[in-house]
Order: sequence, then C-alpha cells, then structure tokens
Amino acid sequence: MILGREARQGLTLISPTMIYALLLLAAPLLTVVTFSFWTQDYLTIDTTLTLNNYREAWTQPIYRILILRSLMVSLVVTLVTVLLAFPIAYYLSFHVTRRKALWLFMITIPFWTSYLLRVFLWKVILGYNGVLNSALTGLGIIDEPLTFLLYNINAVIITLAHAWAPFAILPIFVALEKIDRSLLEAAEDLGDGPVRRFFRVTLPLAMPGVIASILIVLIPTVGDFITPRLVGGTDGLMIANMIQIQFGKANNAPLGAALAVSSMVIVASISLVIYLAGKRFGGKTQ
Amino acid sequence: MQDKPIIELRDVIKRFGSVQALNGINATIREGEFFSLLGPSGCGKTTLLRMIAGFEDPTDGAIVIDGKSMQGIPANRRPTNMVFQSYAIFPHLSVAENVAYGLKKKKLSKAEIAAEVDKALSMVDLAGYGRRAAHELSGGQRQRVALARALVMRPKVVLLDEPLSALDKKLREQMQVELRQLQQSIGITFILVTHDQEEALIMSDRIAVMFEGNIAQIDTPEGLYRRPVSKRVASFIGVMNFLDATATGQDGTGLSLDIPALGKVTVPSSHVPEGMAAASVQSIGVRPEMLTILFDGKDRAESETTGKITGTSYYGDMTYYTVALNGVGAPVTVSMRNTAGRSVLPVGSPVRVGWGAESIVLFE
Amino acid sequence: MRPGHNSKRFSWLTIYAVGYMLFLYAPVILLPLFAFNSSTIIAFPLSGFTTEWFTVLLNNAALGESVENSLIVAVSTAILSTLLGACAARASARYRFPGQRGMIAFIMLPLVLPEIIVAVALLVLLMQLGLSLSLWTVIGGHTLICVPYSIAILSSAFHGLDRSLEEASFDLGETSWGTFKRVTFPLVLPGVISSLLICFTISLDEFIIAFFLTGTDATLPVYIWSQLRFPTKLPSIMALGTILLALSVILLILAEWFRQRSAKRQGVEASAAGGFL
Repeated sequence: MILGREARQGLTLISPTMIYALLLLAAPLLTVVTFSFWTQDYLTIDTTLTLNNYREAWTQPIYRILILRSLMVSLVVTLVTVLLAFPIAYYLSFHVTRRKALWLFMITIPFWTSYLLRVFLWKVILGYNGVLNSALTGLGIIDEPLTFLLYNINAVIITLAHAWAPFAILPIFVALEKIDRSLLEAAEDLGDGPVRRFFRVTLPLAMPGVIASILIVLIPTVGDFITPRLVGGTDGLMIANMIQIQFGKANNAPLGAALAVSSMVIVASISLVIYLAGKRFGGKTQ
Repeated sequence: MQDKPIIELRDVIKRFGSVQALNGINATIREGEFFSLLGPSGCGKTTLLRMIAGFEDPTDGAIVIDGKSMQGIPANRRPTNMVFQSYAIFPHLSVAENVAYGLKKKKLSKAEIAAEVDKALSMVDLAGYGRRAAHELSGGQRQRVALARALVMRPKVVLLDEPLSALDKKLREQMQVELRQLQQSIGITFILVTHDQEEALIMSDRIAVMFEGNIAQIDTPEGLYRRPVSKRVASFIGVMNFLDATATGQDGTGLSLDIPALGKVTVPSSHVPEGMAAASVQSIGVRPEMLTILFDGKDRAESETTGKITGTSYYGDMTYYTVALNGVGAPVTVSMRNTAGRSVLPVGSPVRVGWGAESIVLFE
Repeated sequence: MRPGHNSKRFSWLTIYAVGYMLFLYAPVILLPLFAFNSSTIIAFPLSGFTTEWFTVLLNNAALGESVENSLIVAVSTAILSTLLGACAARASARYRFPGQRGMIAFIMLPLVLPEIIVAVALLVLLMQLGLSLSLWTVIGGHTLICVPYSIAILSSAFHGLDRSLEEASFDLGETSWGTFKRVTFPLVLPGVISSLLICFTISLDEFIIAFFLTGTDATLPVYIWSQLRFPTKLPSIMALGTILLALSVILLILAEWFRQRSAKRQGVEASAAGGFL
C-alpha cells in the first residue's frame, strides 16, 4: 500500500499512543481471554486449554445468581439514573438561559470527591445509626430507625444512582442542546400541545443522547465491586466482588478471567441490543 | 511593468487520488503585473495558487519563479507570500507582532524591525494600530494586517486567495481600488484568485480564466471582454447575447455571415480570430451595449433590424431591455443609457435596433 | 420562553431541579460537616466544633507516604497521558490516514470498559510476564484510562486551531519546529494545561486499578480503603475527604478557566459541555 506524505506523517504521529494502547489494552485483554481457558491449582498454572472455567461459570448456581443479580442491579440503576437525569438535563437545556456552564459545573463538583468516600458516606447516611435515621428520629418523624436502607440491594442502587448521575446527565444535555428550537415552534404551529411535542419531536431527537447515557451508566456499573462491598451486605454482592475474590483469596485467576469475559460478553450483547433499538426509534425521525 | 517573466507554469498537472484538479496549465506571469486567476468554484484556481506558494506539489510539470525551479522547495523558502482567505491573523499576537512575524528570521535589529513594521502599516492605512490585539480588529482591518504582513517581507510575488470575499459590498469595492493602487505604487507582482469577474476586470492587468482544471483564455480585461475565445468565457464575463449564424464566405476583406436575427454582414479580417475557418462558425455573440435602440427617425447605425420589446429592467443610469428580434430565436438584451429626454419604453413597443460589423464576436 | 405559557410546568421542574441538586450534594455536604464535628460517631446530633481531626492527619506517617505516592503517580500520569493524548489528537485533527477511526476508537475504549476489567487484565498480563507490581504499574494503568480524556480535551483544542495559521507561519519563512513553538503550542497551551489538571485529578482519585496493581506502596485511595474498617479513624478520614474535595474543586475551576481562555483566544465559544462528547 503506497501512502502519501500526509498519511505517513499521521501514522507516525499516532503510533506512540497506538502502541501504548496495544501493549496495555489489547495484550492484557487477549491474555485474560487466554487465561480463561487455563486452570490454576494453588500457585501453579496449567496451560492446557479447557472449557472448564466457562462450564463452571455458567452452570454453578452461585455465579449465575451473581451475574443475574449484577445485571438486574445494573439495569435498575441505569433505569433509575437515566430517568432521574432526564428532567434535570431538560431543565438545564430548556429552562436555564444564562450560565448553563455554571450549572453543569455545579453538578459535577460532588463527583470530584473520592469515589470510595462517597460510597462510604452513603453507608454513613443510610445506616441504622446513620445520618438519615438519626435525623428522622431526632425530628420525631419516625420512632424506630429504618432497616431496609442499608446492607442490601436498595443501598447499592441508591449509591450507584448517585455516583453515575452526572455521567447520565451530560449526554442527554448535549443531545437536547442540539435540537433546533424552531422545530418545536413548528410543531406547536401545526397544532401539537406540549406533551405531544415532547414525545413526537424532543424525545426522538434526544434519543442518541439517551442511548449514550444508558450505555455510559450500564457498562461500568456491572463491574463495580466497591459499592456492593461497602453497602451491599451479603445480599448485595455482585459479580465484580466474585471476580476480585477469584483473583485474590481464592487463587483461581482462570476462573476469575472466565467470569470477567462472560460478564463482558453479556454486557456487550445487551449494549448492542439497546444501541440498535435506540437507533431504530430515533432513526425513523431523523 | 516590464515584460520579464517572474513566474512560469509549464504543463502543470495536479491529481488528488482519482480526481484531476489541473490538466496541464501553461502560463507566464510578468514581473510587476497584477494577474488574476478567475473561474467558478472547483475550477482549480486556488489549487494552482497554493502550488505556486508551495503548499501543494504538482503531480507533474514545473513551476519556475524568477528563473529558478521550485521543485522540492518548500513553502517557507519560496520568494512568495500569501494573503489567506481567512486572513490567518495570529490571535495571540498583537498587530505589530503579526506583521513582524516573518522578520524574526531575518536577523534585523529591534529598531529595524519596528521601522519596517511601521512602514508596512502605513502602506495599508493602519498606521498606529501596532499595539492593538488581533481580536479587536474588524474584517477589513484584519485583511490589511494580512497584507502588511506579506508586504513587509518584500516578496517577489504576493499571492491573494479571495481576499475580499468576506467583506461587504461597499468595503469590497473600496478595497478593490485601494489594492490596485497599492500594487501599482509598489510595483510587486500580485496574483489574485477570485470567482468574481467584476473584481478581476477592475483590478487586473491580465486575467487567466479557468474552467475545470484548464485555462480557457489569458488576456487583458478588455481582450477578454471584447474577444472571448469561447462561448463559455463570453458568458462568464459580463452578459453576452448569442445568435445563430451561418458563414457565407471568406476572403481577404473578411468573413461574410448571414445572421437571421440581425441581417447579412461581413466581419473585417482584423476581427476574425486567427485560424478560424468560415465553415466552423456556428454562432455569433454581441454585447448588450453594442446593440442600440434607435429612438427616432434621425438615429442612424451601420446596420438596422427590427424587433419588439418583451421586458425592461430599470437601473437608474441604465435600462436593460429584452428585445425579440424579427421574431427569431431567444430575445436579446440591449442596454441603453438613460440620457435626458429618453423615457423607458413600454413592453410591446416595436423598435428599430442598430448594430455594427465590428461588434460581432465569432464562435465556433 | 414565553412567560405565562409553561409556568405551571416550569415551577414543578424547578422544584425537581432543586431537589435533585440536594440529592447530589447530600453526601458531599456531610464531609466538612463531620470533619469539624467533635464526636467520633458519624451521626446526628452534632456535638462540637474541632479541628483535631485535621491535626491527627498531619501526624500520620503512613498517610504522608501514601500522599507522596499518589502525587508521584498523578503527576507522571498527567504528563504521560497528555503527551500521548496530544499525539493522537493532533494526528486525528490534522491528518488523514488509513485505519484512523478504528485506531481512535480503540484508544478510547477504556472509557466504556469497567475499571475492574482493565485492572484485572493488566494484572493477568503482568503475572504472565513475571513483572512485579509497583507504582510504575499503577502509572501504566492510570495512563491507559486517562489518555481518552486527554484526547477529548485536546481534540477540541486542535480542531479549533485554524489550519491556515500554521500555513501562514510557513509562508512567512518559519520552520516546522518554529511554527510549533510560536503558533501551535501557544494556542493549544490552555488545552494542554486543562488536560494535565484533569488527568492529575482522575489519577489522584482512582482506586480500583491502584488497588489491583500496586505493590507495597499504597496510593492515597488505597490507604483510605484500608482505614475504612476502623471506626475511630473515621472522623480523620472525613477531614481528609474534605481536603481532597477542596483540592479537586480548585483544580477543576482552574481547568475550566483555562479551557474558557483557550476558546476566547481563538475567538470561539467554549461549549458548555466541555468538548467531552
């Protein structure tokens, strides 16, 4: 292949970054996949290829439960987060006229604290003797502290919904900003009321942003292990905790790798479905 | 202006992948002249300019500046300087720093640089603007800074890429005159790229009209207007009426034609393009101002024909009539000055139209 | 917006917006609140005002070490990510070459991978190669996830740079290097600084990759993690969190200021969303 001067210069320029990504991203990912086909016995690794890890990952009830639970939690968190994020993105785009950048900045500030600390703070808020309960009992609204708040799935969902809020708001905001306001005026001129306008014009045009928002929240939340560990209790353990254990105490890296690969495959498939569905819904109107 | 060539373009070809942008350009530009590359967008004029500047290399052919081949010589070592369409004023530098930018490499003292900058700014009527920041300037001012920045380098050739297209009409017309006067007073060769034929006509010593990667004609403005070599050039420059004609003979005195709309005429040999044979003449052209509406019995012209007015456009100093001649062919445009005592003729009036042999342009 | 028309919806939405902001800030407000609270239990009612938790921090050697480690990692990550990001951003903004889109997409991949996958993958690779874990492995991992952010910031800086500015510099006789020094770099410098600050902040706060890839030297988040199981240490952790929050906010304000300045220099409007998406 003969490359022009521009192409050669461009490739040379991007090569350091590309090589870095190949070494530290492609190679490790390939290694993980390879690992998932091996077996580990305490500290020795048997490199004969086998599907045992995958068999175990997909048949053993505990892993199935964890993966399903992780997916369910992820989906619920995504749903909650995106649904909560949309109105504020809408407010910011359509009802705030000046200093939008300042609002966005204000929204991102809470998330520049340590993630660990934020999760920990939710533990502090939701606990039996925690902030929320002590405030409510102190004000006399309830007599006994609430127990359903911490060390279960609910806590995980609340914490993750909080953690990923700005990541959900941003793509939706960007998509809403791009909508030509005169389209909405035209729709109104043609007789549509505000609700119809929203569903027929605003929402379809904002779809790419909504899809991006969904994916941005869905994919990382499946792999979170801090939140389940700190606020999830025994009910709230997710697949990432199991992966971490396999790489740590259980000394079964191949199984961990197989679990990781399996979860990624599942998440990728779901993401693809969501992406395509979103394109069909929004694409019709674009 | 001497006749010494400053730029020679020999069979210059440029291909971008599978797209042929320039098909063998040949031209000679003389030192001290104001030369324009004129054509519709996509004709290759900007590509040609950028190749002279050194930002693109020709796929084939040679570009020679002041007797030296520019093969392998990059843009920063050529004796040319360019005024970009977007002006390309460095936003983080002041006006003076912008103008002085190219002088830094020339090992002049600070005082010398300052003097040169001042001189250049005065030349473009921006004396005293040195301290201003780039983003404080208007479009017209930025254009002048770009010009000063190029001129201060004393290049052999100044290249201008549609420099006036971003300005509003009045400013543009003012700048056209100013640029022309400036160029004449300094005597440096200017090469201008434009799609506006009026602009080219006003400013240039010679113009190269380009279509689709080829030069159709290089001539003075008057030459292009009076003696266009093709119908395409004729209609690109100004307005031209095209009429069918058949040649009836050719001899020493000239070429005889039968023009159904106008009549029979012999075009003198001096007006017949060299090498044009009678048999190849298919149509003729005549400019609107070469046709006259004869207003009363006293108005006379070399030849006459009759017609009827089908439309009028009043411009204050001129009126453009569309006239159907003898009921033959498409109506022609006739322009008349609105002198005292003449009113605009109503649509439908029968008229006599005068014309002459020397106003006929022959086309193959 | 026409005034009377949407006013009912307007006020509901405003109430929602306010409530949402409260929800966002809830945990964060607690940090300074309990950092100055003299009780060791994190709960209402508040007892008294004290700064002792901050002084406890100052005397903590392990903390000091982890701060030092974090700084080393964060500074290295910032510089390395910005360098690599600048190369990729400039390559994609200025040049066209085969496989361009695919390469950029691949380099940006860490943005959509869960951090645990990245951490685990790197760990496995290192195990296979027999390399030991250290601060360098953490820097490697952090750079991997920061480069996409650097590219995002610098891409808009390079795209905003009018190509004819560099051509004009050439035309006036400058060399490639001279053009870079006098025109390109000054104009993208605000973007560079912004990228450095953002990558620094991300690295400083990053826990998962550091947790998996650190050897014996703990970074600050790893240290915090180790302290979370001790209830008596909690208030000083609050104090630490407050300091980190303040630091991050200041860095972020700086980053945003530089980004706005960069846009103003080039005479364009800096988009509210920060060129991220």
